[in-house]
Amino acid sequence: MDVSKVLDAKGLACPMPIVRTKKAMNELETGEILEIQATDKGAKSDLAAWAKSGGHELLKDTEENDVLKFWIKKS
Amino acid sequence: MAVNMMTAHQVTQKVFNKEELFILDVRNEDAFEDWKIEGEYFEYLNIPYFELLDGVEEILDKIPSNKEILVVCAKEGSSVMVAEMLSEAGLTVSYLQGGMKAWSEHLEPVKVGNLKDGGEIYQFVRIGKGCLSYMVISNGEAAIIDTTRMTDIFVNFATSKGVKITNVFDTHLHADHISGGRKIAEQTGATYWLPPKDAQEVTFEYAALEGGSVVTIGNTAIDIHALYSPGHTIGSTSFVVDEKFLLSGDILFIDSIGRPDLAGKAEDWVGDLKESLYSRYRALSEELVVLPAHFMIIDELNEDGSVAEKLGKLFAKNHGLNIEDEAEFRRLVTENLPPQPNAYQEIREINRGKITPEEEKQREMEIGPNRCAVR
Repeated sequence: MDVSKVLDAKGLACPMPIVRTKKAMNELETGEILEIQATDKGAKSDLAAWAKSGGHELLKDTEENDVLKFWIKKS
Repeated sequence: MAVNMMTAHQVTQKVFNKEELFILDVRNEDAFEDWKIEGEYFEYLNIPYFELLDGVEEILDKIPSNKEILVVCAKEGSSVMVAEMLSEAGLTVSYLQGGMKAWSEHLEPVKVGNLKDGGEIYQFVRIGKGCLSYMVISNGEAAIIDTTRMTDIFVNFATSKGVKITNVFDTHLHADHISGGRKIAEQTGATYWLPPKDAQEVTFEYAALEGGSVVTIGNTAIDIHALYSPGHTIGSTSFVVDEKFLLSGDILFIDSIGRPDLAGKAEDWVGDLKESLYSRYRALSEELVVLPAHFMIIDELNEDGSVAEKLGKLFAKNHGLNIEDEAEFRRLVTENLPPQPNAYQEIREINRGKITPEEEKQREMEIGPNRCAVR
């Protein structure tokens, strides 16, 4: 996957992972992909819902050793 | 304007006192639909916090100016952010300390009655999840029935009453919440009683609670009589305390009855459930005060926040006790059942001592309502 930017939101509690994600997305161009790394479990459902409401595409998400990773394509 | 913090205890008092409250729930729509803070005169607005990152202007006209406002989220962080934004817009609002996580864990002790010789019985209302635990106090000793995972509350309550916890019971192997019974027993040296038919796979030592067993609390006259009443689980056992209170576990609730499917055996246990409710309970005094292990809806709470009703009244009013037709009863308790409690199979494994996830994981598993009943 051609990732344009990686956002490290590990250790941050809600709402910061989404606040940072939104900011990072603003700096990307349409079609570019943002990778987000987070440890807050709530990020999983929240990021999916946030991406959906903003029209962005959640391409993939994984969970490994308590680190959640998401790849979101900007609309 | 100011941002205030409201505790789960304060919100519970508003539920008990039937006060008004406007709740702005900023969790995901799914989470809100699944489970929320219930109050008779509470109003709700659900807007996920991530829809409000650019400002709260668009929702200001949906927030009443004449009501107390509480912002709620999963853990607290997002509700503080939204409350601060509303405050900057000129509103006075509160956020819920600890969010729904704290709401799920909050226990409110309510005295439900006096026993012989100065004894007392308390109900611990887990308001967010609908679980009910009990403490029977007599002559310097205490027994706890259906303890929750938050054991400190019980231990501290016993200390404040100057009593020693000597016996801990579970009416059955719970599927909706993690029992604190074993932990309290280990901590205090109390005996931990379980119905052996529900304890077949447990990995720890316990005292077998058989139907007909009598355990005396204090050295005077408070007896706990065990009454075998299968149906929700095969081992489910009720207790008659001091010949006055019927602790019905998950067999009989105020406005509903226990579901027989959480151990995967709905069809097999329907007959047991009917027998327990329609024969074994029928043989008891109608004057007994029923104290169940759950409530499902907020209407089941009495004025003082307790959940209790005379057995005779339930025989007259509880729909689940008034279905004579076998086939209809079978349909009620096996078809169109509500969703199962969150993580119920893993919770059963924890209560058997087979797995011990870390505390944060246990907390997550218990999120949501209990869902042990059918109406």
